[in-house]
Amino acid sequence: MAAIRAPEQRLEATTMAAVARPIAQNRVAVLGLAAVGLLAAALALIFFYAPTDADQGFSQRIFYFHVPVALTAYVCFGWGAWKALRVLWKRDESADMQSYVAIHQGVVFGALTLLTGSIWAKASWGVWWSWSENQLVLFLVLFLFYCAYFMLRYSVEAGPSRANMCAVYALFGVVLIPVSFLAIRLSQKFIHPVVFTLHGPQMTGAQFLTFCVSLAAMLALFATLYAVELAGKRADADLRELRALLLQ
Amino acid sequence: MIRGRDLAKRYGERRIFAGVDVDLERGGLLLVTGPNGSGKTTLLRMLAGLVAPSAGELALPPRETIGFLGHDPLVYRELTPLENLTLFGRLYRVPEHRERIGMLLERFGLWEKRHERVSTFSRGMQQRLGLCRVLLHEPALLLLDEPANALDADGLELLQAVLEDRQRAVAVATHDSRSVEHLATGRLAFT
Amino acid sequence: MTYIADVSALARKDLLLELRAKETLPSMLVFVIATLTIFHFAVPHGTRHVAALGLLWVALLFTALLALTRAFVAEREERLFDALVLAPCDRSAIWLGKALAVLAFLVAAEVVALPAFAAFFSGIDAHTVAAVALADVGICAVGTLLGAMAVAGRARELLLPLLFLPLAVPIVVGGVGASAGAGGRYLLFLAFYDAVFGVLSWAAFEYVVAET
Repeated sequence: MAAIRAPEQRLEATTMAAVARPIAQNRVAVLGLAAVGLLAAALALIFFYAPTDADQGFSQRIFYFHVPVALTAYVCFGWGAWKALRVLWKRDESADMQSYVAIHQGVVFGALTLLTGSIWAKASWGVWWSWSENQLVLFLVLFLFYCAYFMLRYSVEAGPSRANMCAVYALFGVVLIPVSFLAIRLSQKFIHPVVFTLHGPQMTGAQFLTFCVSLAAMLALFATLYAVELAGKRADADLRELRALLLQ
Repeated sequence: MIRGRDLAKRYGERRIFAGVDVDLERGGLLLVTGPNGSGKTTLLRMLAGLVAPSAGELALPPRETIGFLGHDPLVYRELTPLENLTLFGRLYRVPEHRERIGMLLERFGLWEKRHERVSTFSRGMQQRLGLCRVLLHEPALLLLDEPANALDADGLELLQAVLEDRQRAVAVATHDSRSVEHLATGRLAFT
Repeated sequence: MTYIADVSALARKDLLLELRAKETLPSMLVFVIATLTIFHFAVPHGTRHVAALGLLWVALLFTALLALTRAFVAEREERLFDALVLAPCDRSAIWLGKALAVLAFLVAAEVVALPAFAAFFSGIDAHTVAAVALADVGICAVGTLLGAMAVAGRARELLLPLLFLPLAVPIVVGGVGASAGAGGRYLLFLAFYDAVFGVLSWAAFEYVVAET
C-alpha cells in the first residue's frame, strides 16, 4: 500500500505558532548591518583605493560592480535551484517560497548585471551592447528564461502543482547555464567575430582585495534582501491564513 | 483498502476541508454527501491519489487497483468507444482486453455505437462509456464522483447494479443520496 | 516490455487523434510555407547564405511551437490528465508518447519545408538535414515537457513560447552552425543538448503532471 504522508503541520498549529513566532529580527538586522557596512567599505575601496586601470581608465571600476553582481546572480539561481530540488525530492513546500524568492533576487541581480555591463560597454567602447561579450549574452538568455519563470508562476493556481512545475523549471535553468554558455562560445566562432571583449584585469593585490570586498558586499546584500523578502512573504501568508481562520 | 487520518486540504489560505477520517474496506460503500463546492470532489480526487493531502496520513492501494470516475467521463471525445477502451485496456494491462471491452460495451448498451466518435454521443452515453472505462480493469476500489449525472433510467439501473456489487470497495460522492443510502456502510457529510 | 507498449499505445493515440482532427499538421504546413514567403520579402537582396539558413531555423522553431501548443489541448480540455496519471504506466511514458507524436508531425512538416526552402532560397545539404534531425529531438523533448506546464496555466498560447525560446537558443546555435558547415562539433553539441535535456525532461515529467 502506498502511504502518502503530508508534512507534520496541522493547520491551526501552524497559524498559532506563526502568531507567537518570534520575528527573527535579530538575524535580519545583523545581516542588514553587515551588508551596509560591506557596501560602504566596497564603495570606498572602489573609488579611492583600487588603482586606475592603464587601458580603460576610470570606467574600468565598473568591473568591481559588474562581476560581483553577476556572480551573486549565479548564486541566487543556484540557491533557487537547490531549494527547487528540495521541493521535488523532499516534497518540502516551504522550499517553494524560498526558491521563488531566491530566483526573484536572481532576476534583480541579473538585471543589474545587464545594466552595469551595458554601462561598462558604453564607457569603454561607446556601444550600449556587445554580442561578443559572452557573459552578457548569457545573462540576457538567463534573464529571459527566469522572466518566463514568473509568467509561469502567475499563470498557474497556487498549490503543490505549481510548486512542482516551478521547481522543475528552476532546475532546467541551472542546467541551461553551462549549456547556454557553451552555445554562446560556439556561436562566437562564426556568427559574431570577436571585436571587443571586456575582460577583468590581471588582478594585483589591491585590485583583488577590492574585488573580494565588493563580492562579499553583494552576497551580503542578497542574503539580506532574501531574508527580508522571505520574512515579508511568510508574514503575508500567515496573516491571510489567520484571517481565513477567524472568518470561518 | 483505504485508510486516511486527519486529512486536510488547502490551496494557499483557502481551506477546502480538514480533520477527515476515512476507513474503507472491500465490500464497503462510503457515501460522501454535501452541496456543490463543499469539497466532495477534492476528497475523492485525494482518495484516487490525484491530489496530495495538505495534512494527515493517507494509505492507498496501488494505482492499477483504483478506478476513478470524475465529473467528466474522462474519455477522448474524438475517438470511438472502442479506441478509447483499447487505449485504457493497454495502459492498464488488462488481459484479453478485446473480450472484456466487448462485454462491457454490450452490458452498457454501447455496442452498436462502438465505431462512432464520442463527440456525437449524448452526455448520458458518455457517462456510460466512462463507467465502462472505470470497470475495464476490474478495480478493487471504485471512486465515483456524481456518477448518476446525466444518466437516464436504464443507465441508473446499470449504475445501481455496479454499486450493489459487494466485491469492491466503493466511495460515492453525490448530492442526492436517496438511491444509495441503504447500501452505505460509512458516511461523510460535507457542509 | 510494458514501457515500450505503453509509449506506443499513447503515441498511437495521439497520431490517431490528429488523423481524425486534421488540424495540426495542415496548419504547420501552411504556416511554414507562409513564413518562408514572408522571409523572402523581409530579407534584402544579396543576403548571405548563412543569414538565409538562420531564417530556416526560425521558421522551424515557430512551426514546432505551433504543434507543441496544440499537443496537450485534448488532455487539458477533457481533464484527461487525470485518466492518464491514474494509469499504472510510468508517467514518463506519457511524455515520451506525446514527444514521439509531435516529432512525427514536425518531421512531416519538414519533409515539405526543407525542399521549399531549397527552392525559395538556397540548397540544403546533408549537414543541414542532420542538424534538423538532431534539433527535432531536442525541440520535441523540451517542448513536450514545457507544453504540459503551459497547458496547466491560464494564458497557455502566450506562455509556451516564453518558456521555450530561451531554451531553444542552444538549439539554434547548434543548428545554424552545423547547417553553415562550420564543423562537426556543432552536430556534437546538438547531440549533447539532446542527451542532457532529453534525460532531464524524461525524469522531470512525473513532477509536472502528478502531485503524488
